Amino acid sequence: MSYETHEHDVLIIGAGGAGLRAAVEAASNNLSVGVVSKSLLGKAHTVMAEGGIAAAMANVDPKDSWQTHFCDTMKGGKFLNNWRMAQLHAQEAPDRIRELEDWGALFDRTPDGEILQRAFGGHTYKRLCHVGDRTGLEMIRTLQDKGVHSGIDVYMELTIFRLFKDGGKIAGAIGYWRKNGEFVVFKVKAIVLATGGGGKAYQITSNSWECTGDGHSLAYEAGAELIDMEFFQFHPTGMVWPPGVRGLLVTEGVRGEGGLLRNNKNERFMQRYDPQRMELSTRDMVSRSIYTEVKEGRGSPHGGVFLDISHLPAERVKKKLPSMYHQFKDLADVDITKEPMEVGPTAHYMMGGVRVDADTGASTISGLFACGEVSGGMHGANRLGGNSLSDLVVFGRRAGAGAAEYARKLAFFPTVDKNELEKAAKDMEAPFQRSGDEDPYQIHRELQESMQGLVGIFRTEGDLKKGISKIEELKQRAAKVAIKGKREYNPGWHLVGDLKSMLTVSEAVAKAALARKESRGAHSRLDYPNLDEKFGKLNVVVSQKNGEMNISTSPVPEMPEELKNLLAENK
Amino acid sequence: MPDVTFKVYRGDAKGGKAVEYAVPISPGMVVLDAIHYIQGYLSPDLAVRWNCKAAKCGSCSAEVNGKPALMCKSRLDSLPIDKPITVYPMKTFPLIKDLVCDVSWNFEVNKKIPPYQPIEKKPKIFQDDVDRVQEFRKCIECFLCQDVCHVLREHEKKAEFVGPRFFVRLAGLEMHPNDGADRSEFMKNTAGIGWCNITKCCTEVCPEEIHITDNAIIPLKERVADRFFDPVRWFFRKLFGTK
Repeated sequence: MSYETHEHDVLIIGAGGAGLRAAVEAASNNLSVGVVSKSLLGKAHTVMAEGGIAAAMANVDPKDSWQTHFCDTMKGGKFLNNWRMAQLHAQEAPDRIRELEDWGALFDRTPDGEILQRAFGGHTYKRLCHVGDRTGLEMIRTLQDKGVHSGIDVYMELTIFRLFKDGGKIAGAIGYWRKNGEFVVFKVKAIVLATGGGGKAYQITSNSWECTGDGHSLAYEAGAELIDMEFFQFHPTGMVWPPGVRGLLVTEGVRGEGGLLRNNKNERFMQRYDPQRMELSTRDMVSRSIYTEVKEGRGSPHGGVFLDISHLPAERVKKKLPSMYHQFKDLADVDITKEPMEVGPTAHYMMGGVRVDADTGASTISGLFACGEVSGGMHGANRLGGNSLSDLVVFGRRAGAGAAEYARKLAFFPTVDKNELEKAAKDMEAPFQRSGDEDPYQIHRELQESMQGLVGIFRTEGDLKKGISKIEELKQRAAKVAIKGKREYNPGWHLVGDLKSMLTVSEAVAKAALARKESRGAHSRLDYPNLDEKFGKLNVVVSQKNGEMNISTSPVPEMPEELKNLLAENK
Repeated sequence: MPDVTFKVYRGDAKGGKAVEYAVPISPGMVVLDAIHYIQGYLSPDLAVRWNCKAAKCGSCSAEVNGKPALMCKSRLDSLPIDKPITVYPMKTFPLIKDLVCDVSWNFEVNKKIPPYQPIEKKPKIFQDDVDRVQEFRKCIECFLCQDVCHVLREHEKKAEFVGPRFFVRLAGLEMHPNDGADRSEFMKNTAGIGWCNITKCCTEVCPEEIHITDNAIIPLKERVADRFFDPVRWFFRKLFGTK
């Protein structure tokens, strides 16, 4: 068979904030750069980011510094973070924001014309640069416009389903066009994964359809290591009513602007769990607290708690939280300037991902790089709000540069093996040849139910084991799915591929969660409710060995003395 | 609650027809929920484009009961559900399949727009400057304004006219406090701003409530008129060679 084929020095898979920033960087090295986008350009999940981008600009609180940002990030991550990533992130974020403004972005302003910053959970100072509650849109449009004028080739509505290696090196990838189902082959020197997370494995999630863990799964199958997969962030505030919008994000900016959390007894219940930081505690803590309130019968009518911003002047609410105002008014008939919202935890962000070198984004496979949510290490056991948007641009740039440098040193394009190519294409077409009644939508629903119920906010060995055997059963059934119709824009067929990614991610999350016998950050074990110092020094590593998922541990990288001292001073 | 009948367009570039589906409804349900129900239980190959389901990405544009709208924002309790609800793809763009059209023309147009060009000495930016431009920058590129614009929809002037979405984009650039490029020539000749006769259909369908006609197109038309048709300015340009 012959396929449509493209050659690029660097191929970026994913066109959200991280992918576009990586593309701009790689293209500035005079290389041929392709960007694959699973949906239309500018629709990636970054567009949903609301509250802001964290950077120690010290515009509002002059005492802020990269050192404090670093300490906050490490504390929020329960010291499991890759220290070097946390350091680079804190040091470089302000420059990346100034750079966005150099490219045409416009953030909200202080009265004297500096970039305005707002408070967020776990950040000592007011640190989040923002545009109302549409920060992600501002970022993605800026990067999108910068990108299309940087000479990159964008492949829209194209999904990659396998990577190829030549010897140990990355050599290419195969994907399909959504519109016609035709296969496309990429021959490349380097690949940057920027595919985001996999929240769609859960029933209640803030994530869009694209977030199916494709990059995690592609990297895993190519032999790369994944770390910290047990840490799945449940954002404390998703909508709970009406049913169709369950899980939809309610920005932490509401609490940053002064929103209060109450239960049905009108108590500010965070008093019980974190009296110092109250509503601005870290996300893991607030999510557990809300879950506990609801479980103990103090929840709102639709199974959440109340989040109230109506004590602020209505004009201020509409100005600072315009899309929240519209979201509740249009979708739930709630006027947030007058009445409280009902909110509850929603699966939001994967701290876990591809193990990378902090400085270059290089994975454990030659020529494979990763940045943004698909990479692991930066956020440790729990991510602070606002640290994701900054992660995208800091490490998007670094991974783009890392991949460019690697590609430049490679004299020839590695070879994509013809037989492997044929096999990949055959595997992807197989559902059309099968008969039977296994349906991908039904399997997806069952996976979401199991992950929600058995691998959720609170975990036990019994539940996790049940979850793992359910995932095993679903894997068997997913391999028998039969698809009718044609290859042209066929969502049922597309779901077969996405499902495979979600099953891999789910298995990794559940198995890593089983291995971590302690509670830390976003990972809470009812049967091991305390921090365990031994586990505090270990990352759980997921990799493929002889076709099986292998779980091991490796020591958390040792921090240099000066950073240890910094943390000790900032206790 | 009773089932509601949805008449959803099924077909491709070669042709097709509306197919009826009975969908059980629940409180607060939107049209996109119904489409997902059809996909998940009745017809897994029904093609639809969507991403966030929160009116933030602008992917799920369609024509609901004949009106261009985001499916994720079209609540059933705002529609007459005793009659079938029709869901058709946007008419202005070529159909790929079912509810999905080929909107790639928009991305080609975007590439032609002279990009942001920062000026050398940047002034301090204040909130008022930000607010003025942010109205245009909050566009979510749903292309509903393009769909409804009769210059594109009925007169098919895609070669001569960039459509309301890109006048919004141009306004965002032209009114950016730090941008120094002159796009008057582009707006007049390539973008075809003269084609717009201010019927405001675009403004009416904008889910982000951008005042497309009043705040973007009319000021840009004035800018072009000043540049090309103001005799006093024309005279000064001739005399001093300024732009």
